[in-house]
Amino acid sequence: MQKLKRRDFLKASAGAAAGAAVGPFVWAGEARAQWSNTPEKGAKLRVLRWKRFVQGDEDAYMANVKKFTEKTGIEVRVDHEGWEDVRPKAAVAANTGAGPDIILSTNDDANLYPDKLLDVTDLAEYLGKKYGGWYPVCQQYLKPDGKKWIGVPLGAAGNCLVYRESQVRAAGYTSFPRDTAGFLKLMQALKEKGTPGGFALGNATGDGNTWTHWLLWSHGGKLVNDKNQVVIDSPETIKALEYARDLYPTFVPGTLSWLDPNNNKAFLDGQVSVTCNGISVYYAAKNSQDPKVKELAADIQHANMPIGPVGVPTEFNLFFNQMIFRYTKYPKAAKEFIRFMLEEEQYGAWMQAGIGYVTQPLVAYEKNPIWTIDPKHTPYRDAMKVMRPGGWPGRLGYASAGAISDFIVVNMVAEAASGSKTPKEAAERAQKRAERYYKV
Amino acid sequence: MDRILDNRNALGLLFMLPAATLLLAFLTYPLGLGTWLGFTDAKVGRAGEFVGLENFVFLFGDPVARLSLFNTLFYTAVASVLKFALGLWLAVLLNEHLPFKAFLRAIVLLPFIVPTALSAIAFWWIYDAQFSVVSWTLQRMGLIDRYIDFLGDPWMARFSTIAANVWRGVPFIAICLLAGLQTISPSLYEAAALDGASGWQRVRHVTLPLLTPIIAVVMTFSVLFTFTDFQLIYVLTRGGPLNATPLMATLSFQRAIPGGALGEGAALATAMVPFLLAAILFSYFGLQRRAWQQGGADR
Repeated sequence: MQKLKRRDFLKASAGAAAGAAVGPFVWAGEARAQWSNTPEKGAKLRVLRWKRFVQGDEDAYMANVKKFTEKTGIEVRVDHEGWEDVRPKAAVAANTGAGPDIILSTNDDANLYPDKLLDVTDLAEYLGKKYGGWYPVCQQYLKPDGKKWIGVPLGAAGNCLVYRESQVRAAGYTSFPRDTAGFLKLMQALKEKGTPGGFALGNATGDGNTWTHWLLWSHGGKLVNDKNQVVIDSPETIKALEYARDLYPTFVPGTLSWLDPNNNKAFLDGQVSVTCNGISVYYAAKNSQDPKVKELAADIQHANMPIGPVGVPTEFNLFFNQMIFRYTKYPKAAKEFIRFMLEEEQYGAWMQAGIGYVTQPLVAYEKNPIWTIDPKHTPYRDAMKVMRPGGWPGRLGYASAGAISDFIVVNMVAEAASGSKTPKEAAERAQKRAERYYKV
Repeated sequence: MDRILDNRNALGLLFMLPAATLLLAFLTYPLGLGTWLGFTDAKVGRAGEFVGLENFVFLFGDPVARLSLFNTLFYTAVASVLKFALGLWLAVLLNEHLPFKAFLRAIVLLPFIVPTALSAIAFWWIYDAQFSVVSWTLQRMGLIDRYIDFLGDPWMARFSTIAANVWRGVPFIAICLLAGLQTISPSLYEAAALDGASGWQRVRHVTLPLLTPIIAVVMTFSVLFTFTDFQLIYVLTRGGPLNATPLMATLSFQRAIPGGALGEGAALATAMVPFLLAAILFSYFGLQRRAWQQGGADR
């Protein structure tokens, strides 16, 4: 294990606390974290997880699973499903009380059925103490009442601006703008040079939600306040939508129809100069068999999402959890499995194999060399440190899940951006749609 | 025991048991449960309580749900009419003496055989904003100067999804109607020709009346399939752009599973049942009338 100096740790945790003000910081300063757990005899586990976005993830994950079986004698069967299909399966498991023992799922799934999930407070606290604490967003998702952990964070798929260095330079920029105003100017310059960018504006569950939430929050707009009252129809939202309206003409045509895979395809084909995505585009380019695409990898650069008028990062990244269902016959073995997978020895190697596609939820793993070995990885390092949960800053649950799955924010931004509605009309419509969910 | 097995009725029941069990377990029970859920406030991971018509009232007040009803009706109506017209045309063509008749008939079935999800993905590439082969070809031919926004404009998206549905549905109708056409005895046409009937009159007074029972069955199935279509929309648009293309089936799924509102989603699915029943009753009472099938007129 990697030893952490207290001073380093304090630095890291101070940064995390500044990133998001909600939720207490877990680390209590204990020197040693204790863990003792004897898995049930003859235990067997079934794990359902989302299918890899990058090949290295799956290879390393399965290698770790094999190692776990060799060490403990516990057989583990892992099923992979597309990430959007895990959610319905987890829902069925929660409803019927039968299915995989452990499910790796996304965003606020655990908040829909907290009663069906095993209390993993001991495990989460052990890991938190050992590895410098969890980022605040982990607690917002998985420790909703501030006392009990209903799942163990796995990480998040960070989102950055993925861009073509040569084209940004050709547009007259030596460095990537850090604020929204500068970003708009860059996008306009890129468009003028005939190398436009593009962001998904269709009903894209992943790529649509991430960047439109960033945009909304960067200008101070939000769907609900901390009392779960819908406040989307606000002057801040209008500002964000006016920005979207100015930004949209700089996009490549057709973004209103873009679903999750479109921006990756268009970028790898050299049709867009900037988009918002995980590190998977870079990974795909680097590992491509096609020499032309491989060449592209050298030209790919990453930048963090620009800071808007609110002055702090406002990222929304895809959060991954690990849930143990109460119906499992082997709760101890299940906890042991999750602990094993999150220990430095396994987690570090796994993160490296995916070149950081999944960003760590534990502060200590910021030090993993994968973040510095290639400077292009570095922007993804702080994805969990700065991100906010989907229904921020309200409570997570049925209302927040419903609002996201109905694409309320995505549609609002698309309506205002494309000019099919004025920013005010789009905000009013989003307000009405959201109110229907938040009444429940 | 022997005596029971000797009894024809008892034996009959016994033989029906497996099929009946399957139907009850996998058809009646889920349907009943789905309908029941529609009247509860069940959520994912939480059993619901009976709330009467609350879900339906809620959905009626929801512009997105109303839009999904409009889309579903529009989608079904336009696609069914097109599928019928093209299917009948294709059937008549295939009924002629063509070279490689068997081969052609087999090939026509292809769109129907390919799994919907696969053909949907093929259409997704065809309609892609950046990689559309249609746009590419037209642009190379100099007919358009920018790529067609197949799925990026609400009405374009509606018609594009309908076109994909028609492409997929035509073979089924064509082959069924072809089977119907082949049951019509050539002597009837000869008799009509002797009576001096024109080509159109032969179609109107011989082919159509005799084909009606098949048309009724085929179109009922076609309407049911189209009305409940899910995969095409789910793959092509997810209900976008600008949330303009959700169908009742896709919205029902979206609300129930990713959104967690099982009761509301079930209610939306249940709301499809009256329309489906109406379609069945229409074909049953409207198209199955004896008098018309025998060439007579309605009294």
